[in-house]
Amino acid sequence: MSKKLLLTYDHIPGINTLEVYRQNNGYKSLEKALKTMKPDDIVEEVKKSGLRGRGGAGFPTGMKWSFLAKPEGVPRHLVCNADESEPGTFKDRYLMERIPHLLIEGMIVSSYALGANTSYIYVRGEYFYIIKILQNAIKEAYAAGLLGKNILGSGYDLDLYVQPGGGAYICGEETALLESLEGKRGNPRLKPPFPAVAGLWGRPTVVNNVETIAAVVPIVNGGGDEYAKIGIGKSTGTKLISASGHINKPGVYEIELGVPVEEFIYSDEYCGGIRNGKKLKAVVAGGSSVPILPTELILKTAKGEPRLMSYESLSDGGFATGTMLGSGGFIAMDEDTSIVKNLFTFARFYHHESCGQCSPCREGTGWMEKILKKFIDGKATMSDIDLLWDVQSKIEGKTICPLGEAAAWPVAAAIRHFRHEFEEYVKNPQSIHDVKHYFRLNNLVEA
Amino acid sequence: MTTTTEIKFSDSAQQQVQEILNQYPADKSKSALLPLLHLAQAEFDGWLSAPVMDYVASILNIQPIEVYEVASFYSMFNLKPVGKYLIEVCQTSSCWMNGSEDIVRYLERTIQAETGQISPDGMFQIKTVECLGSCGTAPMFQIGDKFYENLTFEKIDTILDDLRKENKRSRYV
Ligand SMILES: Cc1cc2nc3c(=O)[nH]c(=O)nc-3n(C[C@H](O)[C@H](O)[C@H](O)COP(=O)(O)O)c2cc1C
Ligand code: FES
Repeated sequence: MSKKLLLTYDHIPGINTLEVYRQNNGYKSLEKALKTMKPDDIVEEVKKSGLRGRGGAGFPTGMKWSFLAKPEGVPRHLVCNADESEPGTFKDRYLMERIPHLLIEGMIVSSYALGANTSYIYVRGEYFYIIKILQNAIKEAYAAGLLGKNILGSGYDLDLYVQPGGGAYICGEETALLESLEGKRGNPRLKPPFPAVAGLWGRPTVVNNVETIAAVVPIVNGGGDEYAKIGIGKSTGTKLISASGHINKPGVYEIELGVPVEEFIYSDEYCGGIRNGKKLKAVVAGGSSVPILPTELILKTAKGEPRLMSYESLSDGGFATGTMLGSGGFIAMDEDTSIVKNLFTFARFYHHESCGQCSPCREGTGWMEKILKKFIDGKATMSDIDLLWDVQSKIEGKTICPLGEAAAWPVAAAIRHFRHEFEEYVKNPQSIHDVKHYFRLNNLVEA
Repeated sequence: MTTTTEIKFSDSAQQQVQEILNQYPADKSKSALLPLLHLAQAEFDGWLSAPVMDYVASILNIQPIEVYEVASFYSMFNLKPVGKYLIEVCQTSSCWMNGSEDIVRYLERTIQAETGQISPDGMFQIKTVECLGSCGTAPMFQIGDKFYENLTFEKIDTILDDLRKENKRSRYV
């Protein structure tokens, strides 16, 4: 099932340089696009490919592109979302570090398709060393005439810049990202208007994830129809999965969408099974925001069918028994993991990252962290489980942006599937300390 | 107290400011704020004092409050002095599962300062942070623009020893 479109050449020494990248089919899609295709032809191929946004929401990319407003005389922009801050997700970092030119090639082709002459890659500030890698690659591309004026003699001009963030998960939300790129606090905007109409500096803007933009390269090279043949159903193409937690082989894997979850976890081609011969307890399949599922439900759907790594299969059963593909941040937990303690780390994260604009999210995330801390400290009562449920249920759907939901869903899912564990910590507060976590650092003597 | 007039970017930083400003339309220079704050933090001892922020405001021709409200929003900007090396330890899910709490405790013991405090020798300061995109190589911390991954206590000893010898303030830019 291993079909590679993005990470075909990632292990070739020097692939981060323009020279080696070009020796390995690099910038072929740009030549093809500029020499043989009109911008709308590219949009058409992306539509045919069935590509869905790889940043988490899975919105069809071709459709998003076709919504871009094109008022006369107003510049348009393409902004690449490289904020990658969803816990469990590190695929964009891998791609940009290993093959920066793949993203740059995708940015040029996509900018041409959208009629943008100035584009930005917004990278989370913590990835400063990646920013330097991208800036070097961009410099190489300018020197080779792949960026700047009259690219490859086509008459098309493009300037491409890298913008650092300042450390804020919320700036991954596309309108917060645009605010940040305008030099402001990362407060998400009310929609509508959507960025396609009024985005960066009020101009029509498309925001796409790193992996989405990189995928445009194989789509233009091989054609949208060919891309659509890969994958399963409406989950076309390949997806980068960031695998972490208690697995033998953590890392970034490019999978053909539709690989069975069981194969992904246990095959040596991917995660290589659970470490130390332990049993799998639960999986967060698509980054911290998506519902956690216990082993039975992540390996098989409620109907008993094998669960597949695809948008549809992972969400089969809704939130009652399913989850989401999300950003592809796949976190596996072994039998010794405390679901409550892990959830606490998520709750702390969302509380820290809420921008504070909307009361339900600002206050609710704080409450959830506080209540979960009571469980960790052995001070919780049974009614705290209901209180926690109540608080999470009052955030969903009541905020400007989906960070509120992202904070509520993991809490709801943990209670839904692991209520017994919360109850156990109430009945036997000491037990939270008895959980044997697998630490590589288990030789620490208490100070 | 330093005054605004004494604060000035080095020549090489001034050049970088120009390059940054060239990235945006002339009337959208406020977009340069985050890059300039990163640069200012690197230039002026790893943190942003009010006079430094006022200086950045003057470069961009915006009100100081527009700088303060931004600097206080983003977690990478330090509004107080920091140790020479700021050790930013990830504590989120995958890192927690792989022992980040032990990493913090070990660091606290080694540098002889609790999280948030500057070590007695002024060299180090621990800051707990959220997922840094190294979950597959957990546990990890970041110092300046460098990621240190798959940490063990032995590795930490070596890293800190090397930094003591290097003795140059960590920076992102
Ligand atoms: C709180 C929050 C954080 C997000 N973080 C990211 C991110 O780090 N990277 C990303 O590509 N999309 C992120 N998104 C999704 C973006 O809003 C947007 O949907 C995406 O960049 C669109 O690109 P795509 O269609 O190519 O996926 C986030 C959304 C929310 C609500
Ligand atoms: S959880 Fe620590 S780097 Fe992602």
